[in-house]
Amino acid sequence: MTDDIFRDLNEMQKDALREIGNIGAGNAATAFSQFLNRKIDMTVPSVEIMPISDVPEITGNIEEIVAGILLEVMGEAPASILFMMDKDSVEKLVGLVTDQNVDFEELDAMEISAIKEIGNIISGSYLNALNKMTNYNMIQSVPECAIDMAGAILSSSMIPLSKSSDYALLIKTQFIDGKEKIEGYFFLIPEAGSLKKILEALGFDLG
Amino acid sequence: MTDSSIKVKMAEYGVAESPDQLVTIGLGSCVGITLYDKYKKIGGMVHIMLPENRKGLKPAKYADTGIPLLIEELEKLGAKKNHMIAKIAGGAKMFSVTSKDSSLNVGERNVIKVKEVLKDLGIRIIGEDTGANYGRTMKFFTDNGSVLITSHKTDDKEL
Repeated sequence: MTDDIFRDLNEMQKDALREIGNIGAGNAATAFSQFLNRKIDMTVPSVEIMPISDVPEITGNIEEIVAGILLEVMGEAPASILFMMDKDSVEKLVGLVTDQNVDFEELDAMEISAIKEIGNIISGSYLNALNKMTNYNMIQSVPECAIDMAGAILSSSMIPLSKSSDYALLIKTQFIDGKEKIEGYFFLIPEAGSLKKILEALGFDLG
Repeated sequence: MTDSSIKVKMAEYGVAESPDQLVTIGLGSCVGITLYDKYKKIGGMVHIMLPENRKGLKPAKYADTGIPLLIEELEKLGAKKNHMIAKIAGGAKMFSVTSKDSSLNVGERNVIKVKEVLKDLGIRIIGEDTGANYGRTMKFFTDNGSVLITSHKTDDKEL
């Protein structure tokens, strides 16, 4: 079953996936920093493997209203990219970009498009790194944004993966701007078949 | 006796007897289905993600295998299938991606399949809050069969 690849990953393979997270998120943090003209740090990426039922709770608060930016990765190894920020982070971040006071409850079209653009920049640079490491030519869709319960956003982002697996693998990174406490979760969610392709492109022989 | 609230996670199901409650949080494109036998005051809830189980994966993740599974579990508790009535919620379109893949219109496809499955099983739907573009939380009270829908975008709704 396709699930097995998630459960049977060895430590070396997990390390390789963490390394994708490292380089991808490092690239993204640099792009993010340049865009905002301030220093953005990232946490060490983690590779989370869990039953799909547990994914909606991965950020700790399933009911919290957050902004989610979803992009589809198309090409050799289809995946989804999800970037999530809480209320305070959205208000501060969009405030920095638009130079205005932002009310999370009343985001207008321009502010939503600023959020999408942030998602676009971060995931674009992440994907660039992934393409370089794998020698693939994957492209991303236009970003879509939803403001809603974290659980509803996460569950809907799992649909492509869930078609062929009961388990999920997420490469998770957090971006942090210490001064302004801007925090965002970044997830790369490969579809079940894609994980094998990514690992093979990194030199693992999966038979 | 105190009532307790049983959480039903995505791609899982739960059954309960009066006065317990079943709750599922954050239905996006997923659909929550409750089945209730009002004579026995036994109820069940399943939180499905996709319409059809074509690859033999986890039954509760799919409309076509999750609903029969829930009926079976309710029957083990003594509920009768021909007494059961259904309420459904969810099936939203959270992201308005216009992609080649129909996966992001999966909410609508889920709702259609759920209705088809229930119809084939002869179970009536007496309450529904589906579609639109927002997430929902569904709370099911097995003492009287009522279902409460809460969301970020609209007022609470009772089904």
